[in-house]
Amino acid sequence: MKVNIPTPLRAYTKGKETVEVSASSVQGALDALVLTAPELKKHLFTEDDKLRSFVNVYLNDEDIRYLPQREDTATTEVDELTIIPSIAGGSAYSSKSPVPLSC
Amino acid sequence: MLRLTFADYESLRAHGEETYPHECCGILLGNNDSAGNSVKQVIRAGNTRSDSAHNRYHIAPEELIRAQREGRKAGLDIIGFYHSHPDHPARWSQTDFEEAHWFGCSYVITAIEQGQARITNSFLLKGTSEDEKAFEDEALEIDVTGVEENVASHAAKMSVDVREGDKT
Ligand SMILES: [Zn+2]
Repeated sequence: MKVNIPTPLRAYTKGKETVEVSASSVQGALDALVLTAPELKKHLFTEDDKLRSFVNVYLNDEDIRYLPQREDTATTEVDELTIIPSIAGGSAYSSKSPVPLSC
Repeated sequence: MLRLTFADYESLRAHGEETYPHECCGILLGNNDSAGNSVKQVIRAGNTRSDSAHNRYHIAPEELIRAQREGRKAGLDIIGFYHSHPDHPARWSQTDFEEAHWFGCSYVITAIEQGQARITNSFLLKGTSEDEKAFEDEALEIDVTGVEENVASHAAKMSVDVREGDKT
């Protein structure tokens, strides 16, 4: 199946937009992807192997976080996985900042 | 360097005026080469942060995926994003920085003061990982070729009008 790689992560897939992997589940596809492109791992997963909060993974048009079986959802060769980092921000100060910083 | 046409530049600034006092946001499709990012298409996106739209923005991943798909058909990539700062300077905020994850992409910010677009700045997200990412000021190169043509044709039309006016 195909895994679509967003522009900022293509540095780790030798510039490839899509990576072909062989897998029977979402997790299997992600594992296979990371095996093919090991440097991707730390960009997609935290140290305890959880998907980073700003990394969205879509199975075809569905966010895997909202699939009943999430990462364990079965996949076939015709499915497509898309990795898409989030886009957000704003002039507001982050709640993480203890002191308001000038923007 | 971020290159874009005058029409695209005006379009993303106008978007910020339309959504004022809320933040607008959108996606820039184009190409990246040694000279930097070139915008070929500006896609307006909805701001999903209805809870705090005056000072936050978020683009639905579905919109990003659609843009990426559409772009690929035309040989274009996502090369940047834009948003507005209603009554705030056109500088990235701490929130912008923390939530920026598209390395190599341009983040364009327009300050909207009292509903009027003021300064538009672009910042390139340098680095290839969260640990070493940094925003760098990026020059905007606005291509006015089409604008000059319009002015020229407008002028030509005016002179025709004048000649016609002379006859009567
Ligand atoms: Zn901002």
